[in-house]
Amino acid sequence: MTRLSSNHLLGLKNLTSEDIQLIFETADNFKAVLNRPIKKVPSLRDITIANVFFENSTRTKISFELAEKRLSADIVNFSSGSSSISKGETLIDTVNNILSMKVDMVVMRHPAPGAALFLSKNVDAQIINAGDGTHEHPTQALLDAYSIREELEIDDFKGKKVVIVGDILHSRVALSNIYCLLKLGADVAVCGPPTLIPKYISALGVTVFFNLQEALNWCDVANMLRIQMERQDTKYFPSLREYSMQFGLTMNHLEALDKKITIMHPGPINRGVEISSEVADSAQSIILNQVENGVAIRMAVLYLLAAQREA
Amino acid sequence: MNTKRLILDSDQLAITLTRMAFELQENHTDFSQCAIIGLQPRGVALASKIKSILETTFNQPVKHYGELDSTFYRDDFRRNEKILIPNSIELEFPIDNLNVVLIDDVLFTGRSVRSALNALSDFGRPASTELLTLIDRRFKRELPIQPDYVGLNVDTRANDKVIVDLITENKVWIQTEQ
Repeated sequence: MTRLSSNHLLGLKNLTSEDIQLIFETADNFKAVLNRPIKKVPSLRDITIANVFFENSTRTKISFELAEKRLSADIVNFSSGSSSISKGETLIDTVNNILSMKVDMVVMRHPAPGAALFLSKNVDAQIINAGDGTHEHPTQALLDAYSIREELEIDDFKGKKVVIVGDILHSRVALSNIYCLLKLGADVAVCGPPTLIPKYISALGVTVFFNLQEALNWCDVANMLRIQMERQDTKYFPSLREYSMQFGLTMNHLEALDKKITIMHPGPINRGVEISSEVADSAQSIILNQVENGVAIRMAVLYLLAAQREA
Repeated sequence: MNTKRLILDSDQLAITLTRMAFELQENHTDFSQCAIIGLQPRGVALASKIKSILETTFNQPVKHYGELDSTFYRDDFRRNEKILIPNSIELEFPIDNLNVVLIDDVLFTGRSVRSALNALSDFGRPASTELLTLIDRRFKRELPIQPDYVGLNVDTRANDKVIVDLITENKVWIQTEQ
């Protein structure tokens, strides 16, 4: 396996497990590069990448930018707030205008599910989805699985149990994680209030828990998600305080277990809501490792996709 | 139809390797300031053989031994049908002020060595850098790069292949396409 099956990274749904392993193995090399005094390689010096963000982002944007810079790519940044989108320009027009300035790859975050797929069909550039609405966030899922692989020191995910806790309904991280982990052979469960669990989610092959302690008893790794207030148009639970009492992860939950589980969070954390500060800062939490691995994973994705682009 | 011609059998290979180790010994009386670095993927087996000859035959402990991969520095990225997949790098010591000996099995166009020199410079500034190669395919260089230590000079045609097996049979062949 020496190339990805797709020329774009739109979601985990259309990657194969071989693709994922190739990305992980390549990321191992980039992780080594990132631990050197000179953290830069010249591979993408003739590639220009546009980071097009129609939604707010801290980690993902910085992480992509660093990954691009460490591969020596030229980059342009675009965010919708300060752009001509507000003057009525369409997405295809905006991106085609950027591309006519000789841009090779587009990293895009957009509030509409399917925006990345739409773009890949309509413009001549390689598209990397950095989150499309409630649909997918592939690089986050890859870095999450990569962090699990590193923390548990495994290559084979068979028999490993991962539970994703929180707002599954609105979370692109949840959907991408489910696809990714199932393809790698892990057992996946989701946990949250019934109103925030999509109705037919078990059809994907995941187990559903409505009780946090039961889910924690079952799992090896718990990935805690934020409540996506900005995507919720109606009330899905009575109050944040009540949500936190039912589904907020605290030290008491962990102490009640007879094993040590790994705690993850894709960020941004709402301390005291889905996870207590004590847990987030504990030795079991690999939240900051996830952020660190994000750069290596994004370097691997950019490198492998750029390699498939004709010179 | 491919024909394979043996150019070094295992006895000759052993003599050649020992001779190159002698030459290294001649130039580096003290190996404490010297780093032996094999180039991934195929220079590594040769580098570890040279290291073990230095250590067993000459009783010269090789303090600095590493493996360098230069995939990210190659100039044929996106110009090659095959995607360049990197190998691991094992370079656990600072190379500043060391006399580095880069080791690769076959020197052909010189492009891999060029990328290795660039990769090396991202790890520090060695006092000097030399190149040891088992087979030198003369007259095919595309860059002004010459080895300091050569096992065997061979004249080949561009589409010949030099096959070096240092793991199972310890032999070197030239494969010619006809």
